[in-house]
Amino acid sequence: MSVRCNKPWQAIDAAALERLPGQLGVFELADATERVIFIGRADARSLFGLRSEVARHAKAIAAATSFRFEVTTAYHTRYLELLMAHRADHAGLPQYNEPMPTLGRLSPG
Amino acid sequence: MNLTLTAEQDLIVAMVRRFVREEIVPLELNLDPDADELPPADRERLVAKVKAMGLYGLDIPPEYGGPEIDLVTRTLIAIETSQHRAGLYAPCYGVFGGAGLAQLFEANDDQKKRYLEPMLRGEKRGFFGLTEPSGGSDPARAIRTRAVRDGDDWIINGSKIFISGADRAHFGLVFARTDAEKGRGGVTCFIVDTSTPGFHVRRIVHTLRAARYATELQFEDMRVPSANILGKLNGGFAIANDRLSRQRIPYAAGCIGVAIIAHEMAVEYSKQRETFGAPLSSRQAIQWMLVDNEIDIENARWLTLAAADRAERGEDFRKQAGMAKLVATEGASRVVDRCMQIYGGYGVTKDFPFERWYREMRIRRIGEGPSEVQRHIIARDILGESLR
Repeated sequence: MSVRCNKPWQAIDAAALERLPGQLGVFELADATERVIFIGRADARSLFGLRSEVARHAKAIAAATSFRFEVTTAYHTRYLELLMAHRADHAGLPQYNEPMPTLGRLSPG
Repeated sequence: MNLTLTAEQDLIVAMVRRFVREEIVPLELNLDPDADELPPADRERLVAKVKAMGLYGLDIPPEYGGPEIDLVTRTLIAIETSQHRAGLYAPCYGVFGGAGLAQLFEANDDQKKRYLEPMLRGEKRGFFGLTEPSGGSDPARAIRTRAVRDGDDWIINGSKIFISGADRAHFGLVFARTDAEKGRGGVTCFIVDTSTPGFHVRRIVHTLRAARYATELQFEDMRVPSANILGKLNGGFAIANDRLSRQRIPYAAGCIGVAIIAHEMAVEYSKQRETFGAPLSSRQAIQWMLVDNEIDIENARWLTLAAADRAERGEDFRKQAGMAKLVATEGASRVVDRCMQIYGGYGVTKDFPFERWYREMRIRRIGEGPSEVQRHIIARDILGESLR
């Protein structure tokens, strides 16, 4: 498995969101230039897994135009890894992620 | 031989049990089932409480500010602090503090000042870097990370895997081969700052556990001064080996704690849950599962306390620690499995902690030396040199 998410981007629209699985996993939201602006996860508290979490965040972040996701039961460590990899590549977290003081450091190469 | 807890031990166990059930378990109702840390405000509040209880930094020697509590009592506490959902790998989410890398108590004065003291003050975190892709159970032979002398420095190249906490650490203990001809006598322990050029945390190794996740490290021409050798040149194996034996006692204790709370939940559930007009507890099939749980727990508990007692008295405890680790990890795995069976469908949902215990408990039969290695250690003790 690649450290960085390399799934294809999909445009955010009602039909695409409806097709999302109800499973647990991680996702990224991007703006019109395909810049990652939010990394999120559908954890075990989510009502309908990725379907509800991607939709909820896509609605809250107006700049988000596309998304991609991974279904994984290791959603917690994968979420941390994506954030760490993003910080290593861009010297900071995505624009809409809250600061995480305890986040580790990764140099994925 | 006294098998009864002292009045002080009784008091401490009751106090810690109450703390876990009244402070930790309620917080978990609002955390993700795979959470590995508390919100900062809760953490600070609970650390203050533990300090007020006089139990902070249990494994820190008294001369460095730790409470003077013997190993048997610390083992009893470890059995209590794991009795919640994240308890196996994040007992009480770390609010009891810890000694960190205990090997640093054997460091020289300069190293103690640079690493041990900041670690005990909570300013620096460390990791333990032993296992490599070539193997973890036989570190003396499996270590392929090489350190080559260059003047007053050493140049380290190689990789490590399944290393916990390296991504958040300020430094780590890295075991590297400094003499290719000498086997276990050719391994040296280096204290490595994670800011050193050539030090890389390449990825998280996703496993069944959420807390204390593992990482993969790579070292590329990493330059470390001779002053950062811990102990003696080519003396690293003894440092690693001592740690592995000692670690088996709290490792076993954590499993026992989870088994106790899982069993307790299953006993209660079996009294409430009715099938075909009678509670589960009236069925012999369920009763026998509960009986087997009880036996597995008692077995593991006494073996582990006996190992702690021997270690506390300064006697050789390698065999006893191996037996405790073996019996506790295998027994607790069976207990959690039976409890899931009693809970039925609910047992495998994330609404209850069994699924996390089940996943994380599976690792315990491999981590800190797998069951087969424990049996090997015990056999070597029984058969002595004739085994070789």
